[in-house]
Amino acid sequence: MIELNNVHKHFGQLHVLKGVTDKVKPGEVVVIIGPSGSGKSTLLRCINYLEEPTAGEIIVGGIKLNHSATNINRVRKDVGMVFQSFNLFPHMNVTENITLAPKQVRGLSEADAKGIAGELLAKVGLSDKAAAYPRQLSGGQQQRVAIARALAMQPKVMLFDEPTSALDPEMIGEVLDVMKDLAREGMTMVVVSHEMGFAREVGSRVLFMDEGKIVEEGCPEDLFLRPQNPRTQAFLSKIL
Amino acid sequence: MRLSDWLVLPEVLPLMLSGLKVTVTITFFSVLTGLVIGTVVGLARLSRNRLLYIITTIYVEVIRGTPLMVQLFLVYYALPEIGIHLPPMVAGWVTYSINSGAYVSEVVRGGIQSIDRGQMEAARSLGMSWWQGMRYVVLPQAFRNIMPPLGNEFIMLLKDSSLMAVIAVPEVMRYAGLMVGRKGGYALPIYVTSGLLYLALTLPLSLVVRQAERGLAKGD
Repeated sequence: MIELNNVHKHFGQLHVLKGVTDKVKPGEVVVIIGPSGSGKSTLLRCINYLEEPTAGEIIVGGIKLNHSATNINRVRKDVGMVFQSFNLFPHMNVTENITLAPKQVRGLSEADAKGIAGELLAKVGLSDKAAAYPRQLSGGQQQRVAIARALAMQPKVMLFDEPTSALDPEMIGEVLDVMKDLAREGMTMVVVSHEMGFAREVGSRVLFMDEGKIVEEGCPEDLFLRPQNPRTQAFLSKIL
Repeated sequence: MRLSDWLVLPEVLPLMLSGLKVTVTITFFSVLTGLVIGTVVGLARLSRNRLLYIITTIYVEVIRGTPLMVQLFLVYYALPEIGIHLPPMVAGWVTYSINSGAYVSEVVRGGIQSIDRGQMEAARSLGMSWWQGMRYVVLPQAFRNIMPPLGNEFIMLLKDSSLMAVIAVPEVMRYAGLMVGRKGGYALPIYVTSGLLYLALTLPLSLVVRQAERGLAKGD
């Protein structure tokens, strides 16, 4: 589903990704952990080309990402992204947030788009908030709307960039529950998150990144309970 | 001055009001064109295209760094020398559109930059093109934020339109000047009336602008 071949990313002098190679199979839920500045968010952003890799190859759904705009928009249609800061459109209500891209990009009619929005809002448990504006919602509710918005494009892959880091503790659960449902339905997911419970419950693999490289990977049980690499051990001892 | 001088008003007011119509019309159309130019130039100034950036930056700096009067004379008196003859009203409209476009572009640019980068990223991540993201996500928010400074631009433009009198556009000040000349006096009542006519337009406008500012400050 996603193929990363020796991906590098520089920000000026800063070498953020130093040759990342990995393969995400359809239906896999890959959780990326690592200290801040390790490049995990940058890697995620490279997968839908919000950041342009300096070198290496990224193939999503069989399409190699390159500079041509049509190609990138085509891939992005199939890759949903959920941001740490939600990034809902504040001037639109919840339904408009969800229906905008299906109408503009997929060319759906207003009625069809609204139908999809209704189903997705039911799925994330926010049917009663269809007409609300983002500022009237709690952080957890906003993030669930953001997930629904990404799902409305019927993506084949969902990327989550620290989806619960900006949330009050009591709201983390409701967002994780939606993500777990999604994982159980077979959605291919790449999640940057330190939520161990989530990783252990639905994660297929955990990648530990440090200093721009994948240092260690494995199934959640192994990586969390029996980390092999000293850097993984040091990191886990700090956050567990 | 005698109080009876003011009795001249009923005689000159109809002409001045017809001048006011021209003032409002020409300002309105200049504002519209200026807004279009300003938006396009504002976007170009944010573009990664080096050439586009340089050309639009030169435009903005030249327009903002030269007097409106010079621009007006160039369009009305100098263009005919290269074969372009514009009637006064058209020359006024062209000059004021180009002029306000430069100022508006700076306001638009600031407005776009004030919108969080995550908004465009979210739009792009949903498969929208750069232009779709601008049109549906960034610009609506940017324009909402810049309503007050835009309103102030338009008030300036309305007042500056009085300058068009020098190229014989039949607006308020043109008629005021003609009247004073023809009557051989009455400058006080006529020019005070001119000022009041402008005030009658700008005062409500600034009230609207202030209301909009207050609305934005409250964040709704």
